[in-house]
Amino acid sequence: MSEKIQKVSIIVSKGGLDGVYPGLIMANGARMEGIEANLFFIFFGLDAVLKKRMGKIKVATVGNPGMHMPSLLGILPGVSAMATAMMKRTMDKLDIPPVPEFIEMVSDAGCKLYACKATVDMFKLKKEDFCPQVDSIINVGRFYEIAAGGEIIFT
Amino acid sequence: MAQKLYGATTVDVDAEGFLTDFAQWTREVAAAIAKEEGIAELTPAHWKVIDYIQKDFKENGQVPSIRKLNKSGVISTKELYDLFPGGPAKKAAKISGMKKPEGCV
Repeated sequence: MSEKIQKVSIIVSKGGLDGVYPGLIMANGARMEGIEANLFFIFFGLDAVLKKRMGKIKVATVGNPGMHMPSLLGILPGVSAMATAMMKRTMDKLDIPPVPEFIEMVSDAGCKLYACKATVDMFKLKKEDFCPQVDSIINVGRFYEIAAGGEIIFT
Repeated sequence: MAQKLYGATTVDVDAEGFLTDFAQWTREVAAAIAKEEGIAELTPAHWKVIDYIQKDFKENGQVPSIRKLNKSGVISTKELYDLFPGGPAKKAAKISGMKKPEGCV
């Protein structure tokens, strides 16, 4: 057997449910295996830790080939909301929590959460705009320092 | 099938040391597995988790997830990680005599 992974730092760069969940599941799964884990939210991935947005994240039904749905159908009002509701129900059955609860869970599990300084500046955000689980706003250089010696996963 | 001797009890285990026959589980076996997993002593807080896991498995045929343990008010996620450091779901299941949890969350 190869050597055990000791630490992972996961970058969440995409918004939308399908953009946010993979990183959260990977980070939580790491903690469940006793692996040190960091989450670094950049660009639209930041929605997952913004107080105003985290509870309203939807799955994109337009321009998302993974949805197996014609884009013309996806633009209809309510289709994204419906797809989101369906996905949330299925996930809840699998014990995958909604985003705000998931952020709390992964943080309670000992994962550290960081927001990207460049994105924060770009969208003119402040520390108060983030949920309390966000440890701090850091720049890319600091991220690499924190990630040093471990694996980096980009999602 | 592999066997393991815990105190005076011999139990059947899988390749990772999880019990394959819950009927062989005893509190002494649990304490011995816990020691192997780096938990020196099972406290009442540990037992509360173990009892719930076994009860829930009996009722639902599934090892409860960390989320379920938290939501059902048995133990907060933080405390669970403190009680079973380095892999709470897996370690708690192993000590409880359950199979390895298969879920991702």
